[in-house]
Amino acid sequence: MSSQDIPEENLPAEQGGTHVPKPADEKNPFADPGLPPHEHRIQDIDERAAKRSERTVALLFTVSMLATIGFIASFVAIPHDKSIYVWPLGHINAMNLALGLTLGVALFTIGAGAVHWARTLMSDEEVADERHPIEASPEVRAKVHADFKQGAKESVIGRRKLIRNTMLGALTLVPLSGVVLLRDLGPLPGTKLRHTLWSKGKLLVNMNTNEPMRPSDIAVGSLTFAKPEGLEEHDHGFQNEIAKAALMIIRLEPEAIKDKRELEWSHEGIVAYSKICTHVGCPISLYEQQTHHALCPCHQSTFDLADGARVIFGPAGHALPQLRIGVNDEGYLEALSDFEEPVGPAFWERG
Amino acid sequence: MSTAANEAPRSRGKAPAGERVADWADGRLGIYSLAKANMRKIFPDHWSFMLGEICLYSFIIIILTGVYLTLFFHPSMNEVEYHGSYIPMQGQLMSEAYKSTLDISFDVRGGLLIRQIHHWAAIIFLAGMFVHMMRVFFTGAFRKPREINWLFGFLLFVLGMFTGFTGYSLPDDLLSGTGVRFTQGAILSVPIVGTYISMFLFGGEFPGTDFVARFYSIHILLLPGIMLGLVVGHLILVFYHKHTQFAGPGKTNKNVVGMPLLPVYMAKAGGFFFLVFGVIAAIAGIASVNPIWSIGPYRPDQVSTGAQPDWYMGFAEGLVRAMPGWEINFWGHTLVLGVFVPLVIFGLFLAIIALYPFIESWVTGDKREHHILDRPRNAPTRTAFGVAWVTAYMIMLIGGGNDIVATHFHLSINAVTWFVRIGFFVGPVIAFVITKRICLGLQRRDKEKVLHGRESGIIKRLPHGEFIEVHEPLSQEQLHTLTAHEQYKPVEIGPTVDENGVERKVKRTEKLRAKLSKSYYGEESQIPKPTVEEYKEITSGHGHH
Repeated sequence: MSSQDIPEENLPAEQGGTHVPKPADEKNPFADPGLPPHEHRIQDIDERAAKRSERTVALLFTVSMLATIGFIASFVAIPHDKSIYVWPLGHINAMNLALGLTLGVALFTIGAGAVHWARTLMSDEEVADERHPIEASPEVRAKVHADFKQGAKESVIGRRKLIRNTMLGALTLVPLSGVVLLRDLGPLPGTKLRHTLWSKGKLLVNMNTNEPMRPSDIAVGSLTFAKPEGLEEHDHGFQNEIAKAALMIIRLEPEAIKDKRELEWSHEGIVAYSKICTHVGCPISLYEQQTHHALCPCHQSTFDLADGARVIFGPAGHALPQLRIGVNDEGYLEALSDFEEPVGPAFWERG
Repeated sequence: MSTAANEAPRSRGKAPAGERVADWADGRLGIYSLAKANMRKIFPDHWSFMLGEICLYSFIIIILTGVYLTLFFHPSMNEVEYHGSYIPMQGQLMSEAYKSTLDISFDVRGGLLIRQIHHWAAIIFLAGMFVHMMRVFFTGAFRKPREINWLFGFLLFVLGMFTGFTGYSLPDDLLSGTGVRFTQGAILSVPIVGTYISMFLFGGEFPGTDFVARFYSIHILLLPGIMLGLVVGHLILVFYHKHTQFAGPGKTNKNVVGMPLLPVYMAKAGGFFFLVFGVIAAIAGIASVNPIWSIGPYRPDQVSTGAQPDWYMGFAEGLVRAMPGWEINFWGHTLVLGVFVPLVIFGLFLAIIALYPFIESWVTGDKREHHILDRPRNAPTRTAFGVAWVTAYMIMLIGGGNDIVATHFHLSINAVTWFVRIGFFVGPVIAFVITKRICLGLQRRDKEKVLHGRESGIIKRLPHGEFIEVHEPLSQEQLHTLTAHEQYKPVEIGPTVDENGVERKVKRTEKLRAKLSKSYYGEESQIPKPTVEEYKEITSGHGHH
């Protein structure tokens, strides 16, 4: 609709054809010219445009109502385990999609309606509000200071030092009760972080089959995860124990082992290392057969399992602890002791 | 205030119900004096002022959806066998926390949607706060009298990070459990008290059976309680200080120009709440976030590749990934620098931005109130510093996802890590220099525009054949806007010898301040803005060419 249809009396008085910049102030062309005159919107001068805006807002609010009905209908009608294919999202839960979209539309259209209403129909005349300094006037300031001094004086806290000092003492001490109460949040560390479930004679049990292993079960180049015998998933405290005892077993050609101690603690090329990264304790699970490198997927610390599991890249600070293993009388792999050093991330008392 | 006067209008006819309710409330709460000051309060308009609103609204959405989730979530680490409706998990051992999260996702109708709204809103809340903070930083809105409010906002950002972290740890899934393990490892690295904090936080060794319940009370009560208080304080201060505004015709440091709260901002801001909520609800319907059912329950001996925290923890993650694994052993103790240093840098890096307003006000020595925002170009050193900070942050964000970057762009993980290690130091310096140059360039352009007018794009051929480009002079509004900013002069140390010829001791801090001041406001750091004289000289000679 063109502006020619707008009744003459509604048009702003001085709406020139072209925009001419106001001539600059003679004295100071940079001076603040004050608020620019208000420019009318089409809705301010044309009732039909205003009506159109009104209808748009009402339409948006109506769509919202319909979307809410749609939300309730989806909630009731769609089976909650129904999966549908939607391009490009793939297979997704139908109810979640329907609920999300209807709720989204119901909310969005309320917002869109309100904003459109504000932008087109509410007054858009800019108004200036005075600011006042945040700080108090000198009189108020003086009054407050005087009041405070009077109050302090009347309390005699400055004169009776004994009261002040004992009060400060009491108030300082009383929170200590709260601190003491926190003591039972947990046990003291003691040497807990130094020991695992491994000990002399404990069989190495395959994590997947839950069976003890013979050297012949482990192929050269393979990676096997193991736990100490007797530790079962359903046990109370399983999580805590496996967090320290988790083991990875690899088999190398004995001549490929570069580290002397590693060779000593191995059995026929089978070496057992803690699976818990010495950086911050993620389980290491990526093993590169060709290079004998193990990589922690969390922070990419890389250990050379053929060379004492020393760190060759990444943020870990020291090598993975090795478990000394051997074979018992029945030919099963067993631990010959606990880990010689604490497993997992380093800590202050580790040494 | 006589009773007769109060009763007079009522005897003539009953006042509308709303008015009577308001009168009733006013008699008990004194709401009219509050409304007098605030109902028609003026708020200025600028797109960047809505960033804070996004944060506020996503915070409200998080609280609403969070309360709903507590109705179904069981914050317990008891191990149970799963026999719910999600087939692939049948018979698996998992904690009750994980099981109830599965139930929310698969058995509670709409539960998945609310969970996803909650998580998406948290992501948007943190992102919103980050961007809002940058808006406030780059426009200098943190200057007096708003320093305290800057700190409130900063605390909200930090607490938001930890609330988010404790929240995504609650489902006790493999991914979040790995994140908790990472946190525990980081705590262990703290000298002297690390092991004690860890034992006390987890009720013993990791993972124990307590942390979900403890994180739960931290996540739903402690931190949100503090945050709610801070949000209210933040908003009260925004009202009390009145909003800042950009320079422009009619806008001064002593006024605020805009539209009234009732009705315009009631509708715009109120409507914006629904817009934000609607968009988040739609996203939550379309895009899955944290699909814990495909990740599995937590086991300390299992992990998946590509383990990533939510984006706002990526910075901390990056620091930990990039730091070389230094460890110092002495007298039976271990100093785990490889983890502890990132922890300290994380704190310091955030502290710098928190304290920045105080540093800048010390450098300028300016004790006045500032309600007119700076254009970032007009504060080149601050802008450059901010960009340098963001650059370091972003580089560490890349570092936090170095595995993802490496696999997606087919790069070597080692190369990405080395890039991050070097980039963390070099990147901010480069960013600082470039940003400062750009700011100065933009200042020159503004100056040029003021003195010579706007390029009209019209090429004119003069009678003697010369081509000139016609510049159109700026209006006084534009001239004012472009020259309204103040330019500080660098602080001088002053004479080191007093009038009696006695040498005065110049304090170290004084020297530092002068140095900083020079780097902020010296010749190298700002283009003198055009003066009226320059303008007159050039405009009077206009047309000569």
